[in-house]
Amino acid sequence: MASARDGQWRQAAEALVIPVAALAAAMVVFGVFMAALGQNPLEIYTLIYQGAFASAFSWQNTLARAAPLVLTALCVALPAQAGLMVIGGEGALVLGGLAAAVAGHLLSGVAPASVKVAMALAGMAIGAAWIALSGALRQYRGVNETISSLLLTYIAVALFNHFVEGPLRDPASLNKPSTAHIGDANMLGNLPGLDIHWGLGFGVVFCVAMYVLTRHTTYGFALRIVGGNPRAARLAGLPVTPIVLAACLLGGGAAGLAGAVEVAAVHGRANASLIAGYGYAGIVVAFIARQNPLAILPVAVLVGGLSASGGMLQRRLDLPDATVLVLQGIAFMLILGSEALYGRLKPFRPRAA
Amino acid sequence: MIELGWWGVPIGVLGGAIRVSTPFLFVSLGECITERSGRINLGLEGILVMGAMSGYAVSYASGNPWLGVLAAGGAGLALGLLHGLACNLPRVNDIAVGIGLMLLGTGLAFFLGKPYVQPKAPTLSAIPLGAWSDSPHIRAALQVNPLFLIGLALALGLAWAFRNTRWGLVIRMVGDSSDAARAMGYAVARVRTLSTAAGGFLAGVGGSFLSLYYPGSWSEGLSSGQGLMAVALVIFARWNPIQCFYAALLFGGAGALGPALQSVGVTSGYYLFNAAPYAVTLGIMIATCSPRRTLTGAPGELSINR
Repeated sequence: MASARDGQWRQAAEALVIPVAALAAAMVVFGVFMAALGQNPLEIYTLIYQGAFASAFSWQNTLARAAPLVLTALCVALPAQAGLMVIGGEGALVLGGLAAAVAGHLLSGVAPASVKVAMALAGMAIGAAWIALSGALRQYRGVNETISSLLLTYIAVALFNHFVEGPLRDPASLNKPSTAHIGDANMLGNLPGLDIHWGLGFGVVFCVAMYVLTRHTTYGFALRIVGGNPRAARLAGLPVTPIVLAACLLGGGAAGLAGAVEVAAVHGRANASLIAGYGYAGIVVAFIARQNPLAILPVAVLVGGLSASGGMLQRRLDLPDATVLVLQGIAFMLILGSEALYGRLKPFRPRAA
Repeated sequence: MIELGWWGVPIGVLGGAIRVSTPFLFVSLGECITERSGRINLGLEGILVMGAMSGYAVSYASGNPWLGVLAAGGAGLALGLLHGLACNLPRVNDIAVGIGLMLLGTGLAFFLGKPYVQPKAPTLSAIPLGAWSDSPHIRAALQVNPLFLIGLALALGLAWAFRNTRWGLVIRMVGDSSDAARAMGYAVARVRTLSTAAGGFLAGVGGSFLSLYYPGSWSEGLSSGQGLMAVALVIFARWNPIQCFYAALLFGGAGALGPALQSVGVTSGYYLFNAAPYAVTLGIMIATCSPRRTLTGAPGELSINR
């Protein structure tokens, strides 16, 4: 009994220490890279810290960016439990935002509370449908979901541009084509007592719910069996296709909600600002969190903070805004490489009983 | 100028196909080599963008666009090598590493390429194959870049090499059954690493076409996912280099549909036509894939088939 618990602790420690070590290694590699270009890495890290976590204002900025990342990371992590590698969260987010903007505009005059609910539902519904389409193509037609979800993202962005620049364009938006504003009354407010919009609250609730769903329910157990070995799952009589589709629906719903929140809490209308790469950054978050819904929260804050500090690096050191992308990319590659270390480090191996 | 009317559309699509298809061609040939060895490199998108940037930068610094093409290939080779080496580690997934490489490559290219957004670098010149015609449209459509012809020769050469050379057979064997290759005494990991690096080289060259010929300048929005579509394109072409060439032409033509229609006055739905290459890709994948059998010609070790 005691040794089983000991093994569990060692596993948990392993799952914490290896990613943290990989992130530290990424910081060293990035530091060497910047030093080779004649920059002072310590100064850069100080600025990243200041831009991300040093003041209430920077925390606010960090958390505002972390909110959509939490939701788009779930769009990767949930299908991943079923063994699918979906990377089309950007498309679900973009269309979710568009649907929310349309819903908000159409329902102008209705009680704001129900408009907000309708916007969230519209965003979630279209996001869920978009990702489930990838899942269905895989289950019914054998089309690789990684590629199809990515192609669907490009199609989603084209649809978005078509509607925002064409049929749904607000004639008053001259320089930056946008849909009509949803109205100030319908804007999503801040979390009570904080200067942070509700998106973060949704993200936290979603993450905890998905953690419980995947780890503590029969569905979650079945989902992980499907992800581990679809053939065994089928032999055990599990309805593989509905299980996979449900995971895609939930993940897509999360990404769609991210778009809806961006519209309802930040922009007030759908325009090109929505296509900000949150879907792609969400992939990084999900992989660094190793597809664990609870681990997504701290990782999203970290990555959100990193992107929030991009402006600071630009202003103070005149570095390109892609600087944080480089750090993100290095961290992502090293985290993936660190996958090889699991089960190989002596201190984390369960002691032989 | 002669009014072409609706004839402008097919001519525009033809010219577009020749112009736009070259990056598709190189990237898909590179991916073809990689996938034939049993790995998928989704990171070709990052390599393409990195190739576009480094090609432009070197052309600007040296004044010789062909040096730029070579540098782009070198950058692609390095990133391909990185992918190959990372995937040699146990339990590291090639698709995930590809996504990582896509982010790293674009990030690095945007970061290092910032100073080259403004300056004008010498670009590649075209061969006017349409000089016989009086019509300026046809002449414009038949401006063929040497890289297009090199790509065509490469496709033919690769198809021959896969069948008739020792290394072609080794790559195919490693891709079809790593057990058989191991039994024959070949180092599977090394063959795959080198194949991925070679694929990276070609993808880098494909990227240099974007920045050095068409559109012919470096900016962050340069690539529209050609590197990613290559993966789908290779599946569509059934891992056959010659069919990669036809597929690249088809994709190029689909991409040119929007601008060609716009040039004859059809402007509504311009953004929808931008989706044409992706929709075509997806439609073809839906039509050709099946859940019950693996595709004919698919390398047996490829992770998307399992």
